[in-house]
Amino acid sequence: MRYVDEFRDPELITKASEEIYRLADPDRHYRIMEVCGGHTHAIYRFGLKDVLPSNIELIHGPGCPVCVLPMGRIDDGLAVAKNSNVVFAAFGDMMRVPGTHGSPFEHKARGTDVRIVYSPADALQIARKNPEKHVMFFAIGFETTAPSTALTLMRAKAEGIKNFSVFCNHVTIIPAIRAILDSPDMRLDAFIGPGHVSTVIGCRPYEWIARNEGKPVVTSGFEPLDLLQSLVMLLRQLRAGEARVENQYKRVVPWEGNRAALKAMAEVFQLRPYFEWRGLGFISQSALKIRDEYAEWDAEQRFPIPGTRVTDPKAAQCGEVLKGVLKPAQCKLFGNECTPEHPIGALMVSSEGSCAAYYNYEHRKAAAMVTSISSVA
Amino acid sequence: MNGKSAVESARAATRFRDPQIEMAHGAGGKASRRLVEGLFAPLLYQSTGEALGDAARVRIDGTAIAVTTDSFVVRPLRFPGGSIGELAVNGTMNDLAVSGAEGHALVATFVLEEGLPTSVLEAEVRAMAGAAERAGVVMVGGDTKVVERGKADGMYITTTGIGRFMPQVTVDAKSVRAGDKILLSGPIGDHGITILLARGELDLEANLASDTRCILSLVQAVASEAAPGIRWMRDPTRGGVATTLNELARDCGLGIVLSEEEIPMRDEVRGACELLGLDPLHIANEGQFLAVVAPEYADAALNALNQAEGGEDACIIGEVRSEPACAVLVTTRYGGSRIVDMLVGDPLPRIC
Repeated sequence: MRYVDEFRDPELITKASEEIYRLADPDRHYRIMEVCGGHTHAIYRFGLKDVLPSNIELIHGPGCPVCVLPMGRIDDGLAVAKNSNVVFAAFGDMMRVPGTHGSPFEHKARGTDVRIVYSPADALQIARKNPEKHVMFFAIGFETTAPSTALTLMRAKAEGIKNFSVFCNHVTIIPAIRAILDSPDMRLDAFIGPGHVSTVIGCRPYEWIARNEGKPVVTSGFEPLDLLQSLVMLLRQLRAGEARVENQYKRVVPWEGNRAALKAMAEVFQLRPYFEWRGLGFISQSALKIRDEYAEWDAEQRFPIPGTRVTDPKAAQCGEVLKGVLKPAQCKLFGNECTPEHPIGALMVSSEGSCAAYYNYEHRKAAAMVTSISSVA
Repeated sequence: MNGKSAVESARAATRFRDPQIEMAHGAGGKASRRLVEGLFAPLLYQSTGEALGDAARVRIDGTAIAVTTDSFVVRPLRFPGGSIGELAVNGTMNDLAVSGAEGHALVATFVLEEGLPTSVLEAEVRAMAGAAERAGVVMVGGDTKVVERGKADGMYITTTGIGRFMPQVTVDAKSVRAGDKILLSGPIGDHGITILLARGELDLEANLASDTRCILSLVQAVASEAAPGIRWMRDPTRGGVATTLNELARDCGLGIVLSEEEIPMRDEVRGACELLGLDPLHIANEGQFLAVVAPEYADAALNALNQAEGGEDACIIGEVRSEPACAVLVTTRYGGSRIVDMLVGDPLPRIC
């Protein structure tokens, strides 16, 4: 399969791994954050830790949109869905995220009309086909998914579709990275920059991280070879004492980003003065709201919203895990009360959440595993 | 024990506590298992001390008979490569086959939705007749119920089958030993991905057909050459290969180690899974089976499969090890590895 197989080539991966071993100073401990949840998932899915030296520690960042959404927002969205005739449409990974009174799936079992969609355009299509219902798309995601929500709203307005709205939870990545860097208990050497977000915003927005904070950034693809090559590029910079933004994912990420997507976002969204992030608290100018020109399609303006604020369960340490201060397994609830089946925190739900990725792919890999790693068949 | 019997205590320990039934309870993963082990088994089934298999063993006057039943609620009713009628025959025959039994007779129950066109029903009845003939089994009766419009997605079919156990074949997770080899009969994921695409909700197209078929002849081929070496068999339907092998790992207390590159899969399935973020190991199959075979019989079993019609793509995908206990580990070509768990819930609409 093109664009997949060549990035999983064992020979090239071995070469990249050897280069990482050569570049890494054995007397130094490297703490490198992969910002994006997609990278976290790939690192576990491909078992990349098995081919890295033990002094390279990968820290999972805040780039999992489901994980950073505070429970109150889910409660608010589900409160709107309680109105008769409202269809609650969302991506599949939202469906098991717990709200105070259960997840969207549990609400579905109790009678709420909950539907999985693969794109906001699918939600709009449900609205077109069911004029007697009101379809509310529960929008989540960073700049990766925000443009498709924007385009869908532009389409709804152009077609004058009145029975459709968006409950907007879109967030932006840069303020989250800033919050991580401002956190006093966080020491990082470098960043593996987001891949999908960068296809939209490009690489320029990360330049301050290199310039002001002195930390290298390499935007990376999601295949094993992408991630290993990005680590090679970061280690080369660290070795040379440099801090620059580099683009490993050139086949997809343009340096200047996607202008058409940015234009659509600017047309539909404006920055909220502040927004609450799970684990990170309120961060100013970190999320998008729908502009007044689109108020008719803004669920928050159309429906009464309770504005629920819920504190996370005290024992769950989602915030510390989200910031990279704790590893998933260091949380008291990990694997006991909190599992992918019965998640307490959202990091255990989304396949991009570091707890779920760790639980699914790493947890239970016992010490005896060393003997199992060679090929078997 | 405070006057409680041991049975009552065991019931209390595993009681099913979920407050309501959700789609996940029918998806074949962890929630399904919880429901069966926590509610149905303790209240309804006679404990034989054996792990719950795909078919029950019933003794009548000293003769052992295999009994199984399966319901089919697939949407759409017809899809590339098959239809609900064929699934209903093949699925039950396959549950018998992987229990080491040759299906002898089937009965079918139809739950029909008011307003279902007769032509649709007739097409499915014909599909069942054809599948039964190909599988070499007789349909001997059934029952029909009609429910109100909007209540049954057109039709649901339940088939119940009885069969005769093959001589010398034992299917028992407890007999599995470290060093045993894991055989897979052919490429995975065809059925699940075909159904997903056939729903037309994804705007994806692929040249792919369901793998629904009766696997009895393949099981017989293995049994003819390697019967004493067969330890365990199962068809990886809902929840896919990963869920089935996790159940095995749990039942035998050992580790299952798979080699990713050995797992046969069509490019279309792989591509769709990459695109949709699904693990092909979690995707349903309707015409494959997994067999754990003692190492000294592995080559004979594989050769027999490869020479049988429809077993050409069969291969050994891994082996049983003492570690990681009760888990499934997949190793990659470049030396990485990951744990693969049972399917949790079901992000996809139901598919079989």
